Amino acid sequence: MNGGINASKKAGSILDVPEYKGLLSWLSSVDHKQIGIMYFVTSLIFFLVGVSEAMVMRTQLIKPDNHWLSPETYNQVFSMHGTTMVFLVVMPVLTGFMVYFIPLMIGARDVAFPRVNALSYWLYLMGGLLLYFSFFTGNTLHAGWSAYAPLTETNYSMNLYMTGTGVDYWIMGLLLAGAGSIMSAINILVTVAFLRPPDMKLSRTPLFVWMSAANAVLMLLAVPALNAALVMLFIDRHLHGFFFNPVAGGKPLLWENYFWFFGHPEVYILILPGWGIISEVIPAFSRKPIFGYAFMAVSTVAITFLSFGVWAHHMFATGMDWTVYYVFALSSMLIAVPTGVKIFNWIATMWGGAIRFDTAMLFSAAFIMQFTIGGLSGVAFAVVPIDWALTQTYFVVAHFHYTLLGGTIFTVMAGFYYWYPKITGRMLSEKLGKIQFWLMVTGFNGTFFLLFFAGLDGMPRRVFTYPNLPHLAVINLISSLSAYVLALGILVFFANLAVSLKKGEPAGDNPWGGWTLEWATSSPPPPHNFDHIPPVRSIRPLWDLQQAGGQPGVLAASDPQEGGGE
Amino acid sequence: MNKIRLAMLLFVASEAVFFILLMIAYVVYHVTSPSAADASRYLDIPRTAVFSVVLFSSSFTMWRTGVKFRTGSPRLALAWLAATIALGASFLVGEGTEYVSLIRKDVTVGRDLFGTTFFTLTGFHGLHVFIGLIMLAALFGIGLKRGTAIASGKLAGALEGITIYWHFVDSVWIFIFTIVYLWALR
Repeated sequence: MNGGINASKKAGSILDVPEYKGLLSWLSSVDHKQIGIMYFVTSLIFFLVGVSEAMVMRTQLIKPDNHWLSPETYNQVFSMHGTTMVFLVVMPVLTGFMVYFIPLMIGARDVAFPRVNALSYWLYLMGGLLLYFSFFTGNTLHAGWSAYAPLTETNYSMNLYMTGTGVDYWIMGLLLAGAGSIMSAINILVTVAFLRPPDMKLSRTPLFVWMSAANAVLMLLAVPALNAALVMLFIDRHLHGFFFNPVAGGKPLLWENYFWFFGHPEVYILILPGWGIISEVIPAFSRKPIFGYAFMAVSTVAITFLSFGVWAHHMFATGMDWTVYYVFALSSMLIAVPTGVKIFNWIATMWGGAIRFDTAMLFSAAFIMQFTIGGLSGVAFAVVPIDWALTQTYFVVAHFHYTLLGGTIFTVMAGFYYWYPKITGRMLSEKLGKIQFWLMVTGFNGTFFLLFFAGLDGMPRRVFTYPNLPHLAVINLISSLSAYVLALGILVFFANLAVSLKKGEPAGDNPWGGWTLEWATSSPPPPHNFDHIPPVRSIRPLWDLQQAGGQPGVLAASDPQEGGGE
Repeated sequence: MNKIRLAMLLFVASEAVFFILLMIAYVVYHVTSPSAADASRYLDIPRTAVFSVVLFSSSFTMWRTGVKFRTGSPRLALAWLAATIALGASFLVGEGTEYVSLIRKDVTVGRDLFGTTFFTLTGFHGLHVFIGLIMLAALFGIGLKRGTAIASGKLAGALEGITIYWHFVDSVWIFIFTIVYLWALR
């Protein structure tokens, strides 16, 4: 187990790093690795909460005409599930990967502004706590994660919510977390711009860094749109404004436009770093350099631009001019092209490679298939008549869970299996990992594949129960039972994280034979990250080093390709 | 280009999106809601024009501040900086008294769409001016203590970043003055 250049081997486990001992060292930390871990831990706790909410929903839907939950409760559960998963789980867990690994992958000591980095984390945590505090006030957001006006206006909400403050806590929580996201975005962009070593040109920067930087651009320019909409809603609710309130000429559609101007770039915010993870994992486990590096980078930039020009496809059912329909239908189909480029590049990377199906690679392979289903069902919505027929049905629910759960969460799992050894110094158990993988794959597809058909049958989403019509009962029964399997898989993951921290096999510097700079330092990395940074002459600096220095990397001998990336 | 300069430019880009959306809301309702367009006749345009010139001239004094710090005359620089703060504060006073007179005429956020969009847009701009004044005051304190050291080394970023922010806040007002006040002229 070698391939590392760093001589320091003093700490074999993160539990033994002297600088990381004691609660105070974490609370007061400005170290990007500690802050990254705090993002992981916090977002995984919120993940458990979000999964529990999902289980409550699937239990309610297990049979037709079920009155276990009241409609009011169900509204709040699905609203909080969506908000939690988007803002408190996926965004921060990906931010965790970004702040932990960008400095390591570019050979930097830390991010550009370490204290701002800490502030971003604490804003996120406080935003999340504020959002969940609304449970103690009696009610929470009830209008879905997209919080359509005028459902959120005080004079239009149903009685229960009129006096309620759930929407206000939601606004405040998201404003805090959003401020944190904008700061993270600035931090990441400045880090990538300034802290790369001189010989790491942009054309030698790992794809995870490329995609994270694109992600930061999206956060920087999309989150303020949400913030604007949120403050306008707050002014409506508390200063009796009329922005989204039709009672005096306000336009609820303005909310939809603003929300989705943020919301569509947001769905790429929720996937881009995940694609970055996949673009690191697949080459490492296929023992080949990434296929079409430049195309990967350029298609990412294309997506960044295009994602600001597709938002109206979320609103086709509201009725618009045909010119507008054509423009947004075309742009929505167009954005599928750079996404398709990536899918083919990942497949081409695997093609002819010496593939090792460790858990990280299993999750990556499943991701490609599931994300393709999610992506293709998404292109269906670009076709206006199909959108009219299927919007607000379970087809939508199935579609975006295939992209976000079968997509992003699977990439996050791949990321944890790939990098947990680097973060902690211990391997995750492959045995538990494979159990988890098969539970999650069967559970996930069982839960969501049939929901496409429930949607085609016309089952509306966001309704607390459904009548006993043909197909619906059996589809929902299978879906709910599969959801329990999926949840079991997630519990196995948490067990694996906990058990392997102490009992996992020691990882060594470079257990997977990775080629990017984070594998050139010890596991866990010392607080200063690197004793010295190897020269960067291609996208695979450690491969070059093994070739030049004769250091036998773990899997170097089986590498079928020469160099690459120049 | 240094780190703080890039960070501030990115932050300003983010803020620009925020203000553009508030402006779009103002424009949309000015066009679609007859009452909103009528209500803008309450505005005292010449008076605000004077205060706008006050704000714009603070961009000039801010530029002189930076020049004087860099050329090694800290006293002059601090004088220009004090002028910047005074001009910015006068603008806020002008905005505050304008608000008072509008509210006396019963033009409030809850009156109609003009009130909602006008106070939101100008209010958030005023908030940004206020935050800018806090930063300028901090810069003044640092300048008093460190003199020309402010234009070099680690502190140079602070001077440069605050300058960029202040110019941004001023240029946002160009757009607000155009779409809110000049549009009400007709």
